[in-house]
Amino acid sequence: MIDQEKFEEILSRYAGAPEDLIEILHELQEEYHYLPKEELQAVAQRLNVPLTQVYSVATFYKGFSLEPRGLHHVRFCQGTTCHLHGSQRLQEGVVRRLGIGPDQTTPDGQLSLERVKCVGKCGAAPVLAVDQDYFGEVGVDALAKILKPFRKPK
Amino acid sequence: MPWPRSSNLSANPNRDDAMSKIEFPLITRHFGSIDPESLEAYVAAGGYEALKRALTEMTPEAVLAEVEGSGLRGRSGGGFPAGRKWRVLREAPGEKKYLIGNGSEGDPGAFTNQTLMEQDPHAVIEGLIIGAYATGASQGYIYVGHEYPLAAQRLRLAASQAKAKGFLGDRILGTDFSFDLTVRRGAGAYVCGEETALMNFIEGNIGEPRNRPPYPFQRGLWGQPTIINNVETWANVPVIITKGAEWFARIGTEKSKGTKVFTLTGDVKNTLMVEVPMGTTLRQLIYDLGGGIKGDLEFKGLITSGPAGAVLPKELLDLKVDFESFQAAGGNMGSGSLVVMDQHTCMVDVAKYFLQFSHEESCGKCTPCREGTKQMLDILTAITNGEGREEHLPMLEDLAAVMSGASICGLGQSAPNPLLSTLKHFRAEYEAHILEKKCPALVCRPLLKYTIDPETCTGCLACLRECQVEAITGEFEEPQEIDHELCVKCGMCYAVCKFEAVKVES
Amino acid sequence: MSRISLTIDGLSVKSQPGLSLLLAAREQGIDIPTLCFHDDLKPEGHCRLCVVEIGEPGRTRLVNSCTYPVEEGLVVQTQSEKVLASRRMVLELLLAQAPAAELIQKLAAEMGVYETRFKKADPQARCILCAQCVRTCREVVGVSAISMAYRTPKKMVATPFQEDSEACIGCGSCVFICPTNVIMYTEKDGIRTVWGRHFELQACTVCGTYIAPKAQLEHWAKLTGDPVESFFTCRDCR
Repeated sequence: MIDQEKFEEILSRYAGAPEDLIEILHELQEEYHYLPKEELQAVAQRLNVPLTQVYSVATFYKGFSLEPRGLHHVRFCQGTTCHLHGSQRLQEGVVRRLGIGPDQTTPDGQLSLERVKCVGKCGAAPVLAVDQDYFGEVGVDALAKILKPFRKPK
Repeated sequence: MPWPRSSNLSANPNRDDAMSKIEFPLITRHFGSIDPESLEAYVAAGGYEALKRALTEMTPEAVLAEVEGSGLRGRSGGGFPAGRKWRVLREAPGEKKYLIGNGSEGDPGAFTNQTLMEQDPHAVIEGLIIGAYATGASQGYIYVGHEYPLAAQRLRLAASQAKAKGFLGDRILGTDFSFDLTVRRGAGAYVCGEETALMNFIEGNIGEPRNRPPYPFQRGLWGQPTIINNVETWANVPVIITKGAEWFARIGTEKSKGTKVFTLTGDVKNTLMVEVPMGTTLRQLIYDLGGGIKGDLEFKGLITSGPAGAVLPKELLDLKVDFESFQAAGGNMGSGSLVVMDQHTCMVDVAKYFLQFSHEESCGKCTPCREGTKQMLDILTAITNGEGREEHLPMLEDLAAVMSGASICGLGQSAPNPLLSTLKHFRAEYEAHILEKKCPALVCRPLLKYTIDPETCTGCLACLRECQVEAITGEFEEPQEIDHELCVKCGMCYAVCKFEAVKVES
Repeated sequence: MSRISLTIDGLSVKSQPGLSLLLAAREQGIDIPTLCFHDDLKPEGHCRLCVVEIGEPGRTRLVNSCTYPVEEGLVVQTQSEKVLASRRMVLELLLAQAPAAELIQKLAAEMGVYETRFKKADPQARCILCAQCVRTCREVVGVSAISMAYRTPKKMVATPFQEDSEACIGCGSCVFICPTNVIMYTEKDGIRTVWGRHFELQACTVCGTYIAPKAQLEHWAKLTGDPVESFFTCRDCR
């Protein structure tokens, strides 16, 4: 069910032209942590653009997700320096511990994984971020400790 | 910041070569020294004086001539002369003209644009306003890479501050000149760093590039004349207007004027972001500023501008940073990322890493890039998995030729660069992978063999716990052993051993 | 309007300004192979099969002939070594992308390419991502019921959310235009099924033969302002 009030609040900030589509999608992504189908249908109608265009844009850009993301985001830096310093192995370690693919969300909705490009902390490669916290020079053995506070207690 | 973000050359009194002769750093001069969220701080440091000078003392034509005379070239990609771009926009027929500041910086090893937008947003804005005055543009957009929310926030704040003070918007500084700016956040597409894809993004579409002609200055945003320049290029403009074209043209080399901001990362002792005059050599950057290779290991290669760049071997360390030299070496300057690699780097793995990136970022519109990156990645993966065949090398070369010749845009055209340059300078490494199934740098795990040295192993069981296939056996506090039949070569035991007891060979 | 003079394959040619190199060459009887080009659609240059080499010797480059306009003094080669090598490679890549596409096999064979060295996709795959279906739906039919979703490596033609497309009127133009028979529709008992949706076919009120899906006729009625019933007579019975 669409939150009409929230939707109107977001749309009120824009003139309602087709060029406002992507900024509106940004706001929806931030609000809901993904792009709900009903909101996308409403945006298409309101901006008078075909739904297919909204769908194309929503699927083309990596910053948007049609699936709900987790409460907490684990971001692996895949920048060049991090890659040279073992980010691949780190990613494999996280994927193994959580049992999900590198761009997926855990079934309990707690954590989602995302591969991102250079976060600008190359001196501390390989870098991992969970929400707003950055961890540098992360070893595979440090993963359990880093992820623990963000996982649901069993 | 946990490590040096910016190095001010002229602040080092011991430098007595050409590098210290610039009077003050140009683009990085405000980084960390003024509050980027304060217009007053920017003005107190001399900000918007260039704009005032341009509007009150110079005609638009005079401003344009100044930028042309400075020799300023675009600070990303091919380095097209900025003045010429401005000139064609000024002369293009059209009611409404647009300027775009490209702050996408998709290169996964660069953060020069990020830092500029976060630390000195007004410099970018001031440059755009001056550019609008000179070219007759009435609306501008700044595109900020998706990874940089703080940059977008600060640019928006700066724009609203500038508007409140009459530097932006209607009737700027009481003159007839009006110009407005909108900041647009990217949504995660490296391809949008390409100017026509960027325009499609701003129009609210998917970031597929357009065929040219028509060129942006002929038919750009919504069919109107448009020019696009990197944010660092725009930030050079206030400096040029303040100090003059002649002064600016004295910095740098004959064909590449001014300075460039680089990020130096990878296996260097000092990871840093530094502004140097064009013409500085790579050796100076890596050894004098970067302090040389971390751990005093051997220099193996340097990657310039990431996925579109070339990998340069030590024979090219005396290359001067300027547009022509980078292009001659098979790459381009891009946003200025320089990643240093030591002897423990596998060049085949590096080529594969960048192809993976280009493949995932390719928009998919044209066959050479979409299918070419896919097949190239496939072949490189096979090579690093020990399944390389002799015919793979000519296949890669054929793919590279069609991608660089027939792709619509720079992404596809440059995607083969890392592969071509590593193949050129490190062919023996490819041959070792293909013919001998060995990885000399000990990086490609399927080609490695892991064993535990019984002399060094303390039996702490860290590796045993990490092993997913139960290939490691042994008692607590006794040396462990790896069963090679079961080992899948994931390398985790090597990663967690704190005593360096796990040995690797190829 | 004065004509533009250029050289194509050594021939001096005078062309209408604004014409693409592809069409200018065609006027001279020079045939350049294409895949995503269609006379009724805006050229977009997806396939890169129609590339030609332009420029003075030593400074040439490949451009798409379907989008590049004629230019005064331009020197164009449509069959140079570079062009042929590029075309063969594009076809070789497409043979791997769409192994079951007969059109590709035919075009490739015409250029001497009979197999591909590259890893093949699903042996039944036929889509070459030429986007003619999407472009037709958008430009000719005007309903934009399908579009290109995702990007490499997942790029595909899809309905929104890969579910039933409400905008679709069942006209089948996409089926008709697809050069490699990817999109299909079936008709049975007065129902046409395309893109997963079922459309009731309207029979001619006079002779009883099926004209088109009712939804399509309703769309035409909306466009012309005529009552929908006026479309319920087939062309032969008018």
